[in-house]
Amino acid sequence: MNTRQLFQTFAAPFLGILLFLAIWQVGAPKIVTSLGAVPGPVQVFEQFEGLLTEHQAARQKEVDFYQRQQERNTETLKEDPNAEVSIRPYTGKATFFDQILTSIVTVMTGFVLAGFIAIPLGIVAGLSQTVYSALNPLIQLFKPVSPLAWLPIVTMIVSAVYVTDNPAFDKSFITSALTVLLCCLWPTIINTTVGVANISKDLQNVSKVLRLSWWTHVRKIVLPSAIPMIFTGLRLSLGIAWMVLIAAEMLAQNPGLGKFVWDEFQNGSSNSLGRIMVAVIVIGLIGFALDRGMLFLQRHFSWDKSLALR
Amino acid sequence: MTTSNHPDHLLISQVSIDFPTPKGPFRALDKVNLRIEKGEFVSIIGHSGCGKSTVLNIVAGLYQATEGGVILDGREVNEPGPERAVVFQNHSLLPWLTAYENVELAVKQVFKGKKSRAEMKEWIEHNLTLVHMDHAMHKRPDEISGGMKQRVGIARALAMEPQVLLLDEPFGALDALTRAHLQDSMMEIQSTLGNTVIMITHDVDEAVLLSDRIVMMTNGPAATVGEILDVNLPRPRNRVEMAEMPEYIRCRHAVLQFLYERHGRKEASTPKAKVAAASADEESEPAKGNVVTMSKVTAKAA
Repeated sequence: MNTRQLFQTFAAPFLGILLFLAIWQVGAPKIVTSLGAVPGPVQVFEQFEGLLTEHQAARQKEVDFYQRQQERNTETLKEDPNAEVSIRPYTGKATFFDQILTSIVTVMTGFVLAGFIAIPLGIVAGLSQTVYSALNPLIQLFKPVSPLAWLPIVTMIVSAVYVTDNPAFDKSFITSALTVLLCCLWPTIINTTVGVANISKDLQNVSKVLRLSWWTHVRKIVLPSAIPMIFTGLRLSLGIAWMVLIAAEMLAQNPGLGKFVWDEFQNGSSNSLGRIMVAVIVIGLIGFALDRGMLFLQRHFSWDKSLALR
Repeated sequence: MTTSNHPDHLLISQVSIDFPTPKGPFRALDKVNLRIEKGEFVSIIGHSGCGKSTVLNIVAGLYQATEGGVILDGREVNEPGPERAVVFQNHSLLPWLTAYENVELAVKQVFKGKKSRAEMKEWIEHNLTLVHMDHAMHKRPDEISGGMKQRVGIARALAMEPQVLLLDEPFGALDALTRAHLQDSMMEIQSTLGNTVIMITHDVDEAVLLSDRIVMMTNGPAATVGEILDVNLPRPRNRVEMAEMPEYIRCRHAVLQFLYERHGRKEASTPKAKVAAASADEESEPAKGNVVTMSKVTAKAA
């Protein structure tokens, strides 16, 4: 690697970030809001440390809480071995890091469900012109609809349909996951369809000459051919899913990052802007990590390991 | 090589095909008739665009004839099937499967329930050995050369134990040396197995060297069989010895005359055409002194 390449690979990105931080640090204090001056990167990092401390304190509290119950129970049992003892669950407030986890679980639920619907649908639409013609107007109609328009409908339907005495999931979780699902179906369907429809004519002829069954044809020829396009769709879908999730969580009050941002905004303390900015950066980093994760999966599933992925 | 108990092994009868175009149907083939005996090696030669591949695709069942039909051992052909295995021009191997797995896909499909696992494995390896690919059985198509890919394509077709083997310009995309190697392999396999073979080609020497009969097609539209030439050369054939034989020279001359004098492209009616056409096969390596003539030939043969 020569100097120029070294510069481009390592120094240039570093300089870019540094420049951005500098502009932020200098510019931010000049804007004063009702919640005080806009925090610069240094203040935002302090808020991050604050959130981390809060999280550790909450964990400690939880550990202490269970330990106290344990001790109390042991004592009760010592006095009366037949006494009925129980451990009550800890119900402290979710910390920022708990909320990150909730968000990831929610987005993956919606995204994985969407994948299970979109990939088979895309394969069928790619193989059959009739199915494609039937599906295409619906895809074009629903694709541009904003998550904020879906959410009220999903909320009402979930409230009406999901009625149990002992719910395994929160309604807010289901509402958010379903909204994510509805918004991230489309890129995967479209890309899978295109990938399947463009299988090389020669390979289709091979399949015909061999008289492969429909299922073998899909497994041996369609899927391996369409994998790159399927993954392109999935990556687009996951990107959309993550963006949609934050909005959905704000409105559905699912205890994830979206709710965190909303609560801080409503809270309006002098720390709020800084904490929201921490959330913004974390949202960005997780979005990036999710995309890398999909790339990694694509490399794992693709037959062509030498393929340049970007 | 020929057996007389099935005189009509494969019958192509009055086959015509129309392709729909915005200006109405386009007749690509018109009343193509051909009888092929069991074990015969027949080449179909013609200018590009004359519909010779279309004939093969109709026999393969990939295209449906508009009129007429193809009868194989008394049964009409109306869909593709492994008893009419095709070796495609650009190998058409599944790039995600190794050579072995590509042949395996075909073997499993044809011999499901007829061969045990061990027998299938042996049969796959046997066919890959037949085309001299046993050393690279577990390599994927992108790891082997073009000639090797074509060998695997041939092994895959042979492994189906087809009644008719259909070769669609099988060596067209290969360099001259590799092509010669594969032609020799093909002759060797043909003499061992005695398959019925139909080969599409645009290479005059290849047609004469390999075939029992050469079917020459007229130019499209509405192309049809122009003339059929019997190649009475003894087998096994050796390409070096062949080149001197009067019969070889006669056949080669007859094909060239048909292609370039009687059914050449419109501009092919100059007196120089015959001389130029004789070297048309070497058009990819024009001699320096002949540049003017060669460029004319290239234009005609394109």
